[in-house]
Amino acid sequence: MKPPAEYYQRDLNRHPPALTPAYKTSVARSPRLARISLEQTVSEITGPTFGHSDIGPLDHDLIRNYATTGDPIGERIILHGRVLDENARPVPHTLVELWQANAGGRYRHKKDTYLAPVDPNFGGCGRTISDADGHYFFRTIKPGAYPWRNQINNWRPAHIHLSVFGASFSQRLITQLYFEGDPLIPLCPIVQTIPDTDAVNALIARLDMNASIPLDSIAYRFDIVLRGRRSTLFENKLEGN
Amino acid sequence: MPHLPYLKETPSQTAGPYVHIGLAPGAAGFDIYERELGWDIAGPNAAGQRIRVEGLVIDGTGSPIKDVLLEAWQANAAGHYAHPEGGGKVEDGFRGWGRVITDFDTGQWGFDTVKPGPVPGRNGTVQAPHISLWIVARGINLGLHTRLYFEDEGAANAADPILNGIEWERRRPTLIARRADRDDKAVYRFDIRIQGDQETVFFEI
Repeated sequence: MKPPAEYYQRDLNRHPPALTPAYKTSVARSPRLARISLEQTVSEITGPTFGHSDIGPLDHDLIRNYATTGDPIGERIILHGRVLDENARPVPHTLVELWQANAGGRYRHKKDTYLAPVDPNFGGCGRTISDADGHYFFRTIKPGAYPWRNQINNWRPAHIHLSVFGASFSQRLITQLYFEGDPLIPLCPIVQTIPDTDAVNALIARLDMNASIPLDSIAYRFDIVLRGRRSTLFENKLEGN
Repeated sequence: MPHLPYLKETPSQTAGPYVHIGLAPGAAGFDIYERELGWDIAGPNAAGQRIRVEGLVIDGTGSPIKDVLLEAWQANAAGHYAHPEGGGKVEDGFRGWGRVITDFDTGQWGFDTVKPGPVPGRNGTVQAPHISLWIVARGINLGLHTRLYFEDEGAANAADPILNGIEWERRRPTLIARRADRDDKAVYRFDIRIQGDQETVFFEI
């Protein structure tokens, strides 16, 4: 059997290290020993696949997917972009999930006790499957900033949590996107877990006037890049390489 | 540094304490999706031994972490993954992927599945039956990858190329789930220690 075509190794200078003391919870939740490098096998180059039968027709539309008595309150936005790999190839048919607070920074979660109210017409989660060219889009409400118990006066920038699968378990990624121009971004200990400013910039969704719908919704664009895959050079090409 | 025009991977961020809203909204306290994903790993048609896997995720103070989300990825009993490059056909409904969360009060997690078969390793080797696990939570900046192996696969474990690749032999048992039988079913206990004494082996994959 031919060795599997591997995914490029992660550039760990681009990801946050495990121990980032300014983000206090990381102190007791970070391994002290080095991770052991594992040469990829079939267990790492495969991963779950999803289809449209897995999700509902409104799952990508957070303005409608939990509305009962009317629309949610807040800034109506379209969030769109592409899922690509490091070779700049589209990642098609992959599951993208997101979750967020409402316009006031309140999460619909039994553990969130922030005094800003929940919005009766806003749930705060969505999911979609990228198309053949890797495009995805959601419709939602721009989330508000949110206070949290880290340092006494820490506030999260407006952010949306994103979860992406890719084609293999080694591409699995959870991240957060921020919004262009938000002055809370450089103050946030969670943003600052990332040591590289270029990498931080990659998490900032850009205002996209061309994708906005006049008199309806403003748009932000956010491209997601997953690990690329090596071609099996000097061997017969496998499918997809 | 070379500057070939590759794109760069999007950096990771913590899943945060409210990961359930997006990935397990029922646990967050609201009903929104017709079907949440990841609760049925093997499906009713899967061949092989039905097992349960359970445990705790423990932080550096010895306390269970109660806001963890784990994902599991495994082969079926024949050693095939539900993926185009997975080695062969799997049973209808066998997904091989699961998503579980810890109980908010106790930190316990668990899932029902079938015991996976051995799968090919590199260079003609065979890997012992194992389940790949991925762990995210508040305070974890980049998801942690580990593997669960089975106590009652002693010979296969002894030949496993990944376990044998761990230089410190005394760390290998951190990846072996302990078997106990309950109601005629094999239950494998797998506690994950994030930090400190008996720290679980995590992989850079």
